[in-house]
Amino acid sequence: MGARRVARYGLLVALAMVLSYVETLIPAFFAVPGMKLGLTNLVVMIALYRMGSRDAIILNLLRIVLVSMTFGNAFSLLYSLAGGLLSGAVMLLLKRTGRFGMMAVSVAGGIAHNVGQILMAMVLLETRQVGYYLLVLWWSGLAAGLVIGLVSYEITKRLPESLFR
Amino acid sequence: MGEGQGNRNRKNDLILLAAVVLAGLALTAVYFASRTEAADPAALTVVVRQDGEVTAAYPLSQDGSYLIESEEGTNRLVIEDGAACIEDADCPDRLCVKQGKIRYAGDSLICLPHSLVVEITGSDELALDGVTK
Repeated sequence: MGARRVARYGLLVALAMVLSYVETLIPAFFAVPGMKLGLTNLVVMIALYRMGSRDAIILNLLRIVLVSMTFGNAFSLLYSLAGGLLSGAVMLLLKRTGRFGMMAVSVAGGIAHNVGQILMAMVLLETRQVGYYLLVLWWSGLAAGLVIGLVSYEITKRLPESLFR
Repeated sequence: MGEGQGNRNRKNDLILLAAVVLAGLALTAVYFASRTEAADPAALTVVVRQDGEVTAAYPLSQDGSYLIESEEGTNRLVIEDGAACIEDADCPDRLCVKQGKIRYAGDSLICLPHSLVVEITGSDELALDGVTK
C-alpha cells in the first residue's frame, strides 16, 4: 500500500470521524432512536465513486469501528455495524449494476441503514415491536439519502482528479 | 458514459425513488389501519420488557408512577389519564423521554441504552404470560 493511499485513507477516516462528531452536535430534536442525517455516509459515497469498491468497504468498516470506539460503546458498535454494513452492501451492489445514479444509490443506502438498525434492535431487544419504527425511519432514511446523495454528487463533481491518483 | 446512459440512469433513479415512496406509503397505510383505539381503555395493558423479557405489566386505565431499574440504569414510567410515558431516565440520549406519550394498542416507547421496551397491548394475554412465568 503506497504512501499516497495511506494518507488518503487517513484523511477520509478523519473526515468521517469529524462528521460523526458534528452530527452529535445537531440538537437531538429527533424523537426516534436511529433517526439521523448520516453525514458520514458522504465519505463512503465519495470513496465508492472516486476510489473504488474495495476502498469504500475498507473505509466503511474503519469508520464504523473507530467512531463506535470513540463516541459509543459495544452496543452502538453492533447497531452501527448492522446499519453501516447493510447500507454499504446495498450501495455497492446498486452502483455496480451501473443502472442507477448517485441519488438512487444514496437513498437506497439511507433506507438500508435504518432497516439494518431495526433488524439489529429486533435481535438485541428480542421483540418485533420495534418494527413499527420502520414507518418513521423509512421516511427519514429517504430524506437523509436524498440530502446526502445531492451533496455527494456536488462534492464528487468538484474534487480534483489528482486527489485520487 | 454517453448522454443515453445518463438518461437511462435518471429514469432508473426515478423508478427506484417511486418504488421507495410507494413502499413507504404502504407501510404508513398498514400502520394506520392496524392502529386502533380500544373502545374500552380498561382493556389496554402497558407491558414492560427488558432484554426481551416481560418484567412488569400495568393496566393503562390506572394512574401510577413506576421506577424501572436494571443493571443498565433506571427509567421512570408514568401512567396518567390513559396514556403512558417515560418521565425521566438516566440513559445518555434520553430519547425514551422525548418519545412522549403513548395511548394506542401497538404503540411503544423504546430506550435502546437500557434495552427497555414499554408497549401497549390490546389484550392482557401477553401480560398474563409474563406475570405467571
